[in-house]
Amino acid sequence: MSTVSNLKPTAEPAPAPMVSVRGISKIYPGGVEALSNIDLDFPEGELTSLLGPSGCGKTTLLKIIAGLLPATSGTVEVDGRPVTKPGPERAFVFQDFALMPWATVLRNVAFGLELRGMPKAEREAIAQTYIEVVGLQGFEHTYPHALSGGMRQRVGLARALAVDAKVLLMDEPFSAVDEQTRRKFQEDLLELVAKERKTFLFVTHSIEEAVYVSDRIVLLAPRPGRVTAIVEPDIPREAGLDRIRRDPVYLDTVEEIWHGLKRYLE
Amino acid sequence: MRIAGYRIPLFASLIVWAIIWEVTGRLGATLVMPPLSAVVARMIEIVPTPTFLAALWITGRTFLTGVLIAVVIGVPMGVIMARSVIMDRLLLPWVNLFLSAPLTALVPVIMVLFGFGETTIILTVVLFAIWIIVLNARAGVHAISPSLVDMAASFGATHWQAFRHIYVWAALPEILSGVRLGVIRAVKGVVIGQLLVSVVGFGRLFELYSSRFLMEHFWALLFVLFAFAFAINEGLAWLERKVEYYAASRS
Amino acid sequence: MTPAGILTHRLTLRVLSAIVLFAAWEFAGRVPISPAFPTFGVTMSALGAIMADGTLFKAFAVTLQPLAVGLLISIVVGVGLGVTMGLSRAAEWFGSPIFIIAQSAPLAALIPVLTFAYGIGLTAKVLTVCIMAMPVIVLNALSAVRHTPLNLLEMGQAFLGTRAQVIWKIILPAAAPIIFAGLRLGCAAGFIGVILAELLITPTGIGDIITYSQSIADYPKMYAAIFSIIVFSVLFIELVERSEMVLFRPEKRYS
Repeated sequence: MSTVSNLKPTAEPAPAPMVSVRGISKIYPGGVEALSNIDLDFPEGELTSLLGPSGCGKTTLLKIIAGLLPATSGTVEVDGRPVTKPGPERAFVFQDFALMPWATVLRNVAFGLELRGMPKAEREAIAQTYIEVVGLQGFEHTYPHALSGGMRQRVGLARALAVDAKVLLMDEPFSAVDEQTRRKFQEDLLELVAKERKTFLFVTHSIEEAVYVSDRIVLLAPRPGRVTAIVEPDIPREAGLDRIRRDPVYLDTVEEIWHGLKRYLE
Repeated sequence: MRIAGYRIPLFASLIVWAIIWEVTGRLGATLVMPPLSAVVARMIEIVPTPTFLAALWITGRTFLTGVLIAVVIGVPMGVIMARSVIMDRLLLPWVNLFLSAPLTALVPVIMVLFGFGETTIILTVVLFAIWIIVLNARAGVHAISPSLVDMAASFGATHWQAFRHIYVWAALPEILSGVRLGVIRAVKGVVIGQLLVSVVGFGRLFELYSSRFLMEHFWALLFVLFAFAFAINEGLAWLERKVEYYAASRS
Repeated sequence: MTPAGILTHRLTLRVLSAIVLFAAWEFAGRVPISPAFPTFGVTMSALGAIMADGTLFKAFAVTLQPLAVGLLISIVVGVGLGVTMGLSRAAEWFGSPIFIIAQSAPLAALIPVLTFAYGIGLTAKVLTVCIMAMPVIVLNALSAVRHTPLNLLEMGQAFLGTRAQVIWKIILPAAAPIIFAGLRLGCAAGFIGVILAELLITPTGIGDIITYSQSIADYPKMYAAIFSIIVFSVLFIELVERSEMVLFRPEKRYS
């Protein structure tokens, strides 16, 4: 059974959350209130989704946590320390891949390490490992234009993994690829989360996707952006990844969320 | 650009440059740059004079004739090239070539053939302006979505109706853009033509002032010319903006 | 390929249209349109003559000097200025209006001013090339830097790039194709500049052949010289465009 809890984070979980957000508000010039007083915790080692219709501020919140956007007020703490700018403990995966078209896959994946001043041989070796993890071996010296959308996003993912950050922030990473690739990615993501001991923050507008991959789903509503509910799907995964989509808990949770979100659509 | 939180428009920096000019002029830093105020004063002085007005008349006349010819020949040429693959393949390499070739080199030839008069200048203007007009007209016709053509046909429009109501408007943004770029080149053409011919219009005045070292007059004339070019450019840009609203969504 | 296919093929038509043009030239010369209009054939043989006796090459060597120097300065200074203005709003505010005006203004009108200030030597000619070539180079560089794709900048920020790293590893490589296109346009403008310099300041090199032949009514030679400089500049710019294609294949550009 899924548990739906309401807004304020409960006091019980003993391990401190990897990312914690308090009182975050974002008001754009012109008065648009993208986020209003967000309080959230993101437990370590879990995949938490931010789910909601367009305009609910989910990407804004993710970018504030990433340090790419300044909040109007409130604080973000990562691994116990307050942050306002990007840092080595967080890595970002972009919705539109953000690959450098003039660089090979190898260089793109190694780019985060290149910016840290790591020597070439070392960073290319690390990049090579992650290229294999995402299944792109053989494409090290290919340029982005010769890759499909799905492959390009794998490069983006490999780049984020290569810097060995504790928190992986993913901004609708699968929305720019086709449906079949997307499903494959979702399965791969579950395996990745199980393998790596990282904390994943995942923004999506797809209910099925959120319920499929997440340990925890934060539901957001627009105008102003705020948290309306937190759902923990608790779907048994031992039977195999392909059985998840037919599990009654999965189906019920999707329906429940859909009914909850419906009233926020026009 | 902000100073102390106040937004300062882009072209305000010209005020700063104007001040710099005035100061360097007064300091007598160089003989060729009299103070801005003197230039402006001279400008006010010479503009109403008959010599100036006569020169302006000739220059304007040759300029407008040249532009008119360039548009009247160039736009249809571009349309034809867009609609006929063979004409396109025949003419496009030449159009592209003449677009970037230093046509200035041909002006002596024109001078030799047509003499030291207005005809030469008109031809120079045409030569400078026409290629970009052709290319843009061609692009404009290419931009007409086949769906629009089909739509016209499916509602039973005649060729003329389709042309008048759809094609002209669909291609208009590019055509206007081409005319604006052509006009800019035409201004350069009319100036280069007059500098080389140097016995008519502004060219003659430039020659006159330069031979007598009348730097203030020279700069005043230059100002008027630049202002003229700027005004035309802005006027056409305004026109372009008027049709721009539908330019991006023409399919 | 069908006979019709061969006849209408790109290359055939290009060659055909060249032949048509030159034939028309020949015909017009024979009519004659004007005593000052030599035929194509006569012009070509004059061209051959000045190539054979070396006058053409010596003339080019002289004419191309201010072009080379002027272009070099325009490129180095122009790209530097453009990039600086792209990176700094204050610099852009201060400098770009000048270049925006310069781009649509008939800069040729400034040539007499240059002659006043710098005489009729190499300096004036180099400066002529510079004023013609720089505006488009500067504005292209400025625009290229300003239009760096936003998400690449964000990516650089997210992966902790310093300002210098972002400039050298992201902004400049992304801007390179457009900067290079600006160089191509600048070269075309530079050619116009050097020809104007020859005709308005003082004829040396090619300009000398043109004006001298004109004055002694040796029209075939005059036309030959003009033909040669036009062909040369077209080939040169074609070369720049080819290297642009090779260096910055369209796939490597941000689309």
